[in-house]
Amino acid sequence: MLEVLLQPLQYPFMLRGMAAAVLVGIVCAVLGAYVVLRGMAFFGDALAHAILPGLAVGYLVGGGAREPLFWWAMGTAVVSSLGIGAVSRTARIKEDTAIGIIFAGMFALGIALISSVRSYTVDLAHFLFGDVLGVSTQDLLLTAVFGGLVLVVVFLFYKEFMILAFDPVLAATLRLPARLLDNILIVLIAVAIVVSLQTVGVALMVAMLVTPAATAYLLTRRLWKMMALAAAIAAVSAVIGLYLSYYFNVASGAAIVLTCTAVFAMVWIATSLNRRIRAVAR
Amino acid sequence: MAFLDRFRNPNLTFLAHPHPHSPDKPILKVEGLTVEYDSGAALDNLTFELQRGERLAVVGPNGAGKSTLFKVIAGVLRPSRGLVEVAGHEPGGHICIAYVPQRTQVDWSFPATVADVVMMGRTGKLGLLRWPTHHDWQLVKQALDTVRLLDLADRQIQQLSGGQQQRMFIARALAQEAELILMDEPLTGLDSRAQEELFSVLELLHSQGVTVMVALHDLKIAGERFDRVMLLNRHLVGIGLAETVLNPVQLVDAYGSHLRLLPGVDGTLALGDSCCDDGEHDHA
Repeated sequence: MLEVLLQPLQYPFMLRGMAAAVLVGIVCAVLGAYVVLRGMAFFGDALAHAILPGLAVGYLVGGGAREPLFWWAMGTAVVSSLGIGAVSRTARIKEDTAIGIIFAGMFALGIALISSVRSYTVDLAHFLFGDVLGVSTQDLLLTAVFGGLVLVVVFLFYKEFMILAFDPVLAATLRLPARLLDNILIVLIAVAIVVSLQTVGVALMVAMLVTPAATAYLLTRRLWKMMALAAAIAAVSAVIGLYLSYYFNVASGAAIVLTCTAVFAMVWIATSLNRRIRAVAR
Repeated sequence: MAFLDRFRNPNLTFLAHPHPHSPDKPILKVEGLTVEYDSGAALDNLTFELQRGERLAVVGPNGAGKSTLFKVIAGVLRPSRGLVEVAGHEPGGHICIAYVPQRTQVDWSFPATVADVVMMGRTGKLGLLRWPTHHDWQLVKQALDTVRLLDLADRQIQQLSGGQQQRMFIARALAQEAELILMDEPLTGLDSRAQEELFSVLELLHSQGVTVMVALHDLKIAGERFDRVMLLNRHLVGIGLAETVLNPVQLVDAYGSHLRLLPGVDGTLALGDSCCDDGEHDHA
């Protein structure tokens, strides 16, 4: 048994991948609490897809080097997240429609750009589904710095973000700078998406934001506990997912997300059964 | 860290702008207040004043603009025209105004305990980047004690009854150190016992000099439990003592065709607010 657990860890790439996946899982899960409570899942999913043209340009400019990719993705994410915020406030169409139009357009642009390169399919697959075993030491460092930054800001504005999620009218009567705080939250989501790109990729990103947080939501009654539990679930799922990916030779991002989903399903069934039993007992 | 202190102090920072209170001014003064939406006027030329510690019932049909009025007074919504002053200054800079939402507009499954929600009221006083101190938790406890919910402080908010949920929001207003509390239909869905408990808390607020404005549907309760009654239907039909405001002529003006005037046994009129849910009314 021990052999089974230790064997994959002798590879440095496996260790780095695991560290990155755990880090990303924690950051996304904590931030995901607000995504779940404010109903921003579609926004998160769309934003992840909208980063693709940024990745493509970074890829074309940098000739496949990692670092320009990261910065281009970061720039695109921040700009498009703030852009969609502005559009949804001023446009005469509904917010989700505006998100759908802009982000699908961005995604198409990304695919168009990438398809102009010869090694198109391989690279596109990495962007879409992640490449956690290709994480370099420098990638890991960037992930740690920016992921840590996200957690610090979430900690600093904990009580304000909680009020904005629970009762926007209270936020207004307390004269909180709601617009500013909303924009900060949106940028945090953008940053979390970028640091997660290599782990799960654009297409599965939303699962990291939503699934562990939703699982914790079923189990806790206080926001900070929900965040802590979501982080724990995400970290454990990341590790389990990577082992599964190693032994069953499945794509690592998919394995991590499937583990998160399985945990959610088990918790959901258990809590539903529990509620039924209690209702009957009463 | 003088800079940090400056940033954190809610009285100095650009992030919150509590206005000073002018004690000689009425707690609320409204003059020529008009709110226009694309679909037309929601409030038309309202003028009235409220004195400190007064209890005002606001009645009128659905769509009369009660919620709109409250949001303007709370400083959440900007009026199209007219003047609103809270203690002598425009509402946007005050953090002493509390708005108690309708229960249906609250996400009760939110992961927060009763104490957590009451603590939210302290946020304005705390300022950014500050965590609640022992003093703040003490105030939260006091507020919960005042509304008799202290033993339920650690419950998740969904586990409260309707009346308890209303009292929790009053506790939040107390923790906020609110001087003007606006309550949007707090009695809706409460049984008579829960209503009684709510009124005994309102009585307590009254004794502490807190001003309350309560939107209601029940004209009888409005007349019996409040100092003054405001009859609203986009325009101000009347404001004053219940006996004078709630007369048949003004009631027909406010409720129009939705009012049923019935001859009573002893010759008086029994009133039925046959209000509907469509929210849009044309009244003659």
